[in-house]
Amino acid sequence: MADSILDTTSGPVELRRSPLAATAAGVAEAGAGGGGVRLAERPFTTMVGLRVVPGSTAADAIGAVLGAPLPAGVGEVTGEGDHRTLWLGPDEWLVVSDGSREELLSRLRAAAEGPGVAIVDVSANRTVLELEGPAARSVLDKGCPADLHPRAFGAGRAITTTLARVPVLLWQTGEQTYRLLPRSSYAEYVAAWLLDAAQEFLEPVG
Amino acid sequence: MLQIECPWCGPHDETEYHYGGQAHVAYPEDPEALSDEEWAEYLFYRDNPKGPFAERWVHSTGCRRWFNVVRDTVTYEVLAVYTGARPEVASAGGDR
Ligand SMILES: [Zn+2]
Repeated sequence: MADSILDTTSGPVELRRSPLAATAAGVAEAGAGGGGVRLAERPFTTMVGLRVVPGSTAADAIGAVLGAPLPAGVGEVTGEGDHRTLWLGPDEWLVVSDGSREELLSRLRAAAEGPGVAIVDVSANRTVLELEGPAARSVLDKGCPADLHPRAFGAGRAITTTLARVPVLLWQTGEQTYRLLPRSSYAEYVAAWLLDAAQEFLEPVG
Repeated sequence: MLQIECPWCGPHDETEYHYGGQAHVAYPEDPEALSDEEWAEYLFYRDNPKGPFAERWVHSTGCRRWFNVVRDTVTYEVLAVYTGARPEVASAGGDR
């Protein structure tokens, strides 16, 4: 398997360009702030789209590769180690992984294939923005219609919703940490909106 | 703004959904047999009741699934959300 993992320092991988490349400086500046909120990009994250009949043998086999059964309902996230699986719909999921794209794809495809099973590399479809800090929820509340209060949402939950009127996948990974996964074509808009909405929280409270 | 309860995701704002027109408009059994007028009727003509109306909605920014809603066109109250067979409350929606 090691042979198929791309060298990440040269060749096509080096030519990858994040959809946020033009906004990177502003995002980096916000990431350095010592205030109520920090913003960072986690570019080139491995993402795999899954379509399979829930409860089927194929679904079980996929769950075994991912280290946990596929999430059964809205908001749920399962998985361990490098892989997390987010519920997108009753027969649709997104795997977000810190591991190798090629290895994950080949292991999933070896575990399940055939009619009714779709395992698709969608890593370039979205980028990942991480918003963190005591004011993170206040920033999101300015433009997200979903109820993010702890009574309705919390760490380890993910939903598809809108932020500033554009579709995003919103995933809370910690008490004060959210990952936003906009489609690549919306990424710059979302980053610019977040920087603007976070402005009042960026400076340390003096 | 309406709040609509997606059968899979629960209640969400109307802005997360798109509207799909009247529900239970069946595709013609034998389209070739229809006159132009009947075909136009199927394509373009819809009921416009005052009161409960069965209509299609899709949770486009959420789970992307289609389902049916019975909405009162006067009060905007959502009377039922369902997939498959039409509930009792939708009977006023009118078939085509
Ligand atoms: Zn839904």
